[in-house]
Amino acid sequence: MTMPDATIWLIILGLAVGTFLLRFSFLGLLGDTPLPGWIRRLLRFTPVAVFPAIVAPLVVFPAATDGSPDPSRAAAALVALALAVAFRSVLAALAGGAATLYLMLWLIG
Amino acid sequence: MPASTAKSNFWAGFTQGLPFIFVIAPFGALFGVVGTEAGLDIPQVMAFTVLVIAGAAQFTAVQLMTDNAPVILILAAALMVNLRMAMYSAALVPYLGAAPLWQRALVAYLNVDQCYACAAARYEARPGMTVRERVAFFLGVAAPVAPLWYVATWVGATLGATVPEAWALDFALPITFIALLGPLLRTVPNIAAALVSAAMALVLRGLPPGIGLILAAACALVTGALVEIWLERRA
Repeated sequence: MTMPDATIWLIILGLAVGTFLLRFSFLGLLGDTPLPGWIRRLLRFTPVAVFPAIVAPLVVFPAATDGSPDPSRAAAALVALALAVAFRSVLAALAGGAATLYLMLWLIG
Repeated sequence: MPASTAKSNFWAGFTQGLPFIFVIAPFGALFGVVGTEAGLDIPQVMAFTVLVIAGAAQFTAVQLMTDNAPVILILAAALMVNLRMAMYSAALVPYLGAAPLWQRALVAYLNVDQCYACAAARYEARPGMTVRERVAFFLGVAAPVAPLWYVATWVGATLGATVPEAWALDFALPITFIALLGPLLRTVPNIAAALVSAAMALVLRGLPPGIGLILAAACALVTGALVEIWLERRA
């Protein structure tokens, strides 16, 4: 990159402040003001609504293969998901996913 | 309220945060490598990791900095990637809203995906927790997660380009989110929300970073709530 140091620091600090404000926003400003029931019902689905949207494009179009579908990464994702659902275990999912990825990369490249 | 219940909640959180070392270590190291390769010095890489503490947004920013994009566009794109954090913030209000301001600020700084996911699952499963126990649990999850993120980044920045591509560190990120998601896929509304989320994200992936994610998540929130209401009425 051809950026002056001051610009780099401006970006780092701007991103730090902005990210904190996003994280602090509702929790900091609302405090214990009760939220309406329908909002609480929506918010309970936050994790299942956000995580698949992050994962799906990364699995189907991995950046490491310039966006072309990759059997090794797809297999690793499926194994991790199956283990995470079956055992409710983060550790099993992480270990199984990594093992599958390395095994597949070693077998078929 | 005895301090011991706060303490036991801290350690329960710590135990749940520990497995993430397997993905945070490679992912943090990858950021260190990518950051130094892009031309950042070690203080700049570390400032990113300690002050921003949001991997996906950090990668987005560095990528755009490498392309010499305008500052305002870099900030907008990276903050867009972090918009989901505002959703986490809102989702924690019913559980942690009554905590003192400094504790809410501390939780906000540490509100990364792993901490949020573990905490939200625990709070929902145990409605009897006190606010203090909830804060203790949250900090317990963060205790192994945040420091390791710093150290891993520093190791990656120091080793730099000697990390081979064959390690496929890129896939630490999706595997993390899959591991966080899997245990939640136990109810029909949750499964419906997850399917809509994934499908919409694929359809909308051409939009600028973060926008497709937020739109997909919004559709999924509504889907989950509607399916839940429908099942309640049928029962």
